[in-house]
Amino acid sequence: MSRIVVVTSGKGGVGKTTTSAAFATGLAQKGFKTAVIDFDVGLRNLDLIMGCERRVVYDLINVISGEANIHQALIKDKRVENLFILPASQTRDKDALTQEGVEAVINSLKEDGFDFIVCDSPAGIERGAALAMYFADDAIIVTNPEVSSVRDSDRILGLLQSRTRKAERGEQVREHLLITRYSPNRVASGDMLAMEDILEILAVPLIGVIPESGSVLQASNSGVPVIMDKNSTAGQAYDDFVKRFLGETVPHRFLEVEKKGFFKRLFGG
Amino acid sequence: MGLFDYFRSQKPKSAQVAKERLQILIAHERSAGREKGLDFLPQLRSDILEVIRRYVQVDDDQVNVQVEKGADYDVLELNITLPERTSAH
Ligand SMILES: Nc1ncnc2c1ncn2[C@@H]1O[C@H](COP(=O)(O)OP(=O)(O)OP(=O)(O)O)[C@@H](O)[C@H]1O
Ligand SMILES: [Mg+2]
Repeated sequence: MSRIVVVTSGKGGVGKTTTSAAFATGLAQKGFKTAVIDFDVGLRNLDLIMGCERRVVYDLINVISGEANIHQALIKDKRVENLFILPASQTRDKDALTQEGVEAVINSLKEDGFDFIVCDSPAGIERGAALAMYFADDAIIVTNPEVSSVRDSDRILGLLQSRTRKAERGEQVREHLLITRYSPNRVASGDMLAMEDILEILAVPLIGVIPESGSVLQASNSGVPVIMDKNSTAGQAYDDFVKRFLGETVPHRFLEVEKKGFFKRLFGG
Repeated sequence: MGLFDYFRSQKPKSAQVAKERLQILIAHERSAGREKGLDFLPQLRSDILEVIRRYVQVDDDQVNVQVEKGADYDVLELNITLPERTSAH
């Protein structure tokens, strides 16, 4: 049985593609046959973050419109066994995405024995985002500690609970909150919403907190998913998140300020 | 609390303000979202008007559809004022 997981957020630029790449890579590293699909038709980027942009021949829309079959379009990752990328189209518009088309693609991946199908949603709540979540069993809701991102996440939760196949069948998409770009320093100084505050507002089970980290930019520069950087805090936090998703109990890390500042040491706190 | 924190705590921190604003906003938007389930009301009203007119001539404003929100369930209230009885009938 394949498990379909959408990585979604509503708000743009919060880390969906970074997360999709890390998540799919982590699942494959742990031995699961994994496909990651870019639903951001017109603005494909997952190929760049995965470092396979020069190997794109066919894309999701080609498969949906019958111009290529799924095996021609899937790109096999060169570093990690069991990992496949299905890029989005850069030239076509999102109207080419149809529910039947997406269902056919997902069904053929299921037949191919994929354990996980990760859907990297575009921002917004339009067709691309709606279709990325429609067939999901699980949803990773990517949220930044920032007002507009939290509000948009709540909108997305409403859609997950009403506009998905599971919801239409009276079942529930499993929701997992992933907070990214977290700065313990700024939380400590009162300038950033704390993890606990976001949890209290959204009331969704927490699956991970990814710290703000320069290594994410470095990873995207070189086209290597950040989870492969075992020395970076973000890479380690993504690895913990994958383990939790697979059912392991792993304590949360990188939530506290690393070193006490001069003033705090002097005046307590 | 350290001396430094004492001075800083005079003014609410921006994260605290953010949290409070979000709590109010999201509670509001969630209840609005639930009411969305009732966006069929205008259509229901015009359908009812159509059915009634098969039997009796009523004016547009004689049909009133309202939803009363309760704690556990909502009540759909339907009020139709029939035309005045004239001796001609
Ligand atoms: N933990 C992090 N630390 C630092 N930078 C990050 C982190 N996560 C993401 N970023 C940066 O945030 C930016 C947006 O990330 P990404 O493209 O993954 O977001 P997205 O949600 O997919 O955006 P879009 O909505 O446009 O698809 C990128 O520049 C990325 O490097
Ligand atoms: Mg993206």
